[in-house]
Amino acid sequence: MEQRLIISSSPHFRAKTATRNIMLDVLIALTPALIAATVIFGLRALLLSLFCVASCMLLEYVYRLVTKQSKTLFDFSAAVTGLLLAFNLPVTLPFWMAFIGCITAIIVVKQLFGGLGKNFANPAIVGRIVLLISFAGPMTNWAIPALAGTGTDALSGATPLVAGVTAGAASYPYMSMFLGVIGGSLGETCTLALLLGCVYLFIRKIITPTIPLIFMGTVMLASLALGADPLHQLLSGGLVLGAAFMATDYTTSPTTERGKAIFALGCGLITVAIRLYAGYPEGVSFAILIMNIVSPHLDRLCGLKALGGAKP
Amino acid sequence: MNMRKKPLRGLFVSHRKHTRDMPTEMMPVPKTVSIIMSQHMGPPCDVLVKKGETVKAGQVIGGGDAYFSTPVHASVSGTVLKIDEIIMPNGDRSRAVIMEADPEQVFHESCKPPAVHDKAGFLEAVRASGLVGLGGAGFPTHVKLNPPNPGQVDTLLINAAECEPYITSDYRTMMEEPEDVLAGIKAIMKYIEIPRCVIGIEDNKPEAMQAMAELFRNDDSVNVCKLKSKYPQGAEKVLIYETTGRIVPEGKLPADVGVIVVNVTTAAALAAYLRTGVPLINKRVTVDGGAVTRKKNLLVSIGTPISAVLEYCGGAKGELKKVVYGGPMMGLAVYDLAYPVVKNCNSLLFFGPDEVKNYEETACIRCGRCAWACPINLMPLKIDDAFDREDMDGLRATKVSLCFECGCCAYVCPARRDLTHTNRLSKARLKAADAKENAKEGGKPDGTETDH
Repeated sequence: MEQRLIISSSPHFRAKTATRNIMLDVLIALTPALIAATVIFGLRALLLSLFCVASCMLLEYVYRLVTKQSKTLFDFSAAVTGLLLAFNLPVTLPFWMAFIGCITAIIVVKQLFGGLGKNFANPAIVGRIVLLISFAGPMTNWAIPALAGTGTDALSGATPLVAGVTAGAASYPYMSMFLGVIGGSLGETCTLALLLGCVYLFIRKIITPTIPLIFMGTVMLASLALGADPLHQLLSGGLVLGAAFMATDYTTSPTTERGKAIFALGCGLITVAIRLYAGYPEGVSFAILIMNIVSPHLDRLCGLKALGGAKP
Repeated sequence: MNMRKKPLRGLFVSHRKHTRDMPTEMMPVPKTVSIIMSQHMGPPCDVLVKKGETVKAGQVIGGGDAYFSTPVHASVSGTVLKIDEIIMPNGDRSRAVIMEADPEQVFHESCKPPAVHDKAGFLEAVRASGLVGLGGAGFPTHVKLNPPNPGQVDTLLINAAECEPYITSDYRTMMEEPEDVLAGIKAIMKYIEIPRCVIGIEDNKPEAMQAMAELFRNDDSVNVCKLKSKYPQGAEKVLIYETTGRIVPEGKLPADVGVIVVNVTTAAALAAYLRTGVPLINKRVTVDGGAVTRKKNLLVSIGTPISAVLEYCGGAKGELKKVVYGGPMMGLAVYDLAYPVVKNCNSLLFFGPDEVKNYEETACIRCGRCAWACPINLMPLKIDDAFDREDMDGLRATKVSLCFECGCCAYVCPARRDLTHTNRLSKARLKAADAKENAKEGGKPDGTETDH
């Protein structure tokens, strides 16, 4: 026999969706928010985002090269991390600070723990938290959206959450908050664009609605119960970005729907607790980080029961 | 049936039933056949003929006393060229009788309708027919029809789901041999004393459903159950659950929940044997794939080399990259076209370069698609993880031993991990560990089971 036949284990066909397609879908889902950020905060928003994406990809490439591991650049997971990190930064943040966030996310949180699928927490979340603690000033220097025009002077340098906490009253009209013409991290303000991306991920079946809906729902209900304005809580800060794009990270959230539900409930409760009672005005990233760490335990508790499986 | 149950997971894979409207063609007897002694699950048969011996079609050439073994018959009349050893696609070795076919084909004198009067006689006839589960597993039919708890079996389940893509051989059986299907079902119900029968058919075969419903329209004991065309509906445990709502517990047989599952082609072949006395020497095989010139449904002599089938179908079209024995989800890739058709072969798929992709395994991203797809709620990502860490207790806790290797997990895995293969290896490793454990405890060492 001249002809050589390929031998492989069944199944002999595979579905079209590969890891890279999933990551590309996430990037597509983040695009409306990126466009919104550029419109709201100006060209620097786009530049800072592209800088973070490029830095994360470069860092991933160099690390894998130096440690002689397989090349993972074109699964685009590093690009997703970079974009999500950028979305969590104020538009005014110096580039070198953003780069430190990228190093934290890609090298420390992702690669040192074994790379894609092995990280214990969402790399972008930890990147943001490290920056927030290291550079508290620049990280909370909220630019006034160019689109907001005059009349927002009174609120310069404050997000609705900060304003809400300090002034004790809703600061922006709901519509401005929904469209994102408010102060905040560059990618988190435009709720409309984020929800569009989120629905895209539902339709493409990249994520199930469990985490985003329960996370946002819990925050709204708990706020209502504790006397805060639920709609204001939903539309301000990083809740929608966090619930739709950060808490839904496959690696750091539970696998089963039951586990996801508990995970999202925990995220929501911790967020409200921090927002209303702790020293920080925003609690979404801390909430997700804490639940990331709980996630493996939820996975162990919330496994599926095999059909016909006997009790061990 | 049971309307409260939750349907199982699984996948919607494209059906690709290109050959569904192609009537079966009888392929002429090939020049040589090689008849394998291990065509069933269980110990291989002993060779009962010698080199140079003249053999007639239907003559028993392989047999044995083991209860789990099923006799093997000569599929052609001719001369034994040699007794050889063949490496089968699953890696096991088996002896094979290589025969040269005579131009004139004659049946052996033993090929006459058996006289069946009672259950014992019926089971004897089933064994003599050489029948094994023709759906693919190759389980000896006489063993399956003789469960330890015959009184508790209330349902004969006929597996006509044919959920694998491409394959249409069971469908053609239903369309071309409905009387045999009817006679086979009635014979089993009569002699094994099973009061009712359910025929499970996927809804992508409405003609077959209609034909079967028509066949049994005056018979209340036989019902056709329409199944969603969702892979793997034809897997035994899935089929039992979807048609009767019953769950086969771990370590138990379908008979323990009152069900015996028989493939529709097996039932028809059984009736044909009772009618004619000619044992299982031909098999209907779907020939498909992008690299074969003419797609066909063929009736092939068992032992026909794959190369002869390919040649009869006009040869390869373009470059031949992969040959799959069975369906694309569960079939075995064949390394050599000299390998013959065996009893439980229901399709031969010839794939060209654009149908064969070489996937590179990447890191698991824990997306959970494998767990969404698994029809029996296993979590292949956990199995993969425990296997990598060589954590035997963790592996046992995943219940991987329940896996029947349908392929759904690996099919959906975006990281292209060979999850189904890992399950297979995990099962083997657990079995080996258990055998070692038994030996240590002073028990007898594990037998030489060739369970796949």
